[in-house]
Amino acid sequence: MKCADFLHELTDYLDGVIDSGTKAELEEHLAWCHNCYVVADTTKKTIEIYRDSKLYELPENLRTRLRTAIVAKCQSRKKSGPEGSAS
Amino acid sequence: MGAIQPKVSEPVSDELALVEAAKGGDVPAFEELVRRYDRNVFRIAQHITQNREDAEDVVQDAFFKAYSNLKQFQGQSKFYTWLVRIAVNEALMKLRRRRPERTVSLDEEVKTEDDSVPREVADWSPNPEQQYTQAELRDILDKTIHGLPATFRTVFVLRDVEGLSTEETAEALDLSIPAVKSRLLRARLQLRERLNKFFQKRDKANGSPKTTGGDGNQ
Repeated sequence: MKCADFLHELTDYLDGVIDSGTKAELEEHLAWCHNCYVVADTTKKTIEIYRDSKLYELPENLRTRLRTAIVAKCQSRKKSGPEGSAS
Repeated sequence: MGAIQPKVSEPVSDELALVEAAKGGDVPAFEELVRRYDRNVFRIAQHITQNREDAEDVVQDAFFKAYSNLKQFQGQSKFYTWLVRIAVNEALMKLRRRRPERTVSLDEEVKTEDDSVPREVADWSPNPEQQYTQAELRDILDKTIHGLPATFRTVFVLRDVEGLSTEETAEALDLSIPAVKSRLLRARLQLRERLNKFFQKRDKANGSPKTTGGDGNQ
């Protein structure tokens, strides 16, 4: 297996959706190719850091304001008549 | 090296009942659906639009549109996937309005495959994010994902941040499964490359980055 082949399979490998034969080939490659090991390991960390980050959290006061506005719009649509009469 | 552990999602057993009630005009039932997903919709919207005010508008518009079109939701997919589809479209419309000079489309051709080939291979510290304060880390992650094309950001946030499956992401974005996988791989590799300069191990003596050299391709 070449490094390009490893990269091609990297997403399925990290997502754990790969057949056991291909997985064994990838791990055999990782055992001797330090560069691919580092790329796979740091890509996995990239995903975990973004997933666990508090990036773009919705502050509670803004959350309440948005929800109140949404509910008011839904209420007024409901009052405006039967389905489809408002847009 | 193990696979990434998937996010555990909350149970949604009563969700269809809420959707059915909301279809009948029960606004408190719809409000409960808003409470469940407003944080997710806001995060997705801000990832796509990269603008706080636009993201606020997207949250309002997407939920109102969902409420207005609930009768079209047939229940073949999860309510959340259906809602995400609406939110992504609203967010892309905002982005197009703000950047009319650039066509923004999820199925745009994105240069060549070469832009994702690792150029710099450097090991990271064991817990690289701990070198920074929470605020510094958020700033780094925000700036780093900012530079990615919209199509990559969108696939990455749905798959890796929100934890949608490949199939759900394809459905929400109206893309094929191979297209989702290819964009996801490139998004992940480009983010990794860009984070290198913040997270790589440093030589204690002079603080310079410690790289292993090579382009990672043999």
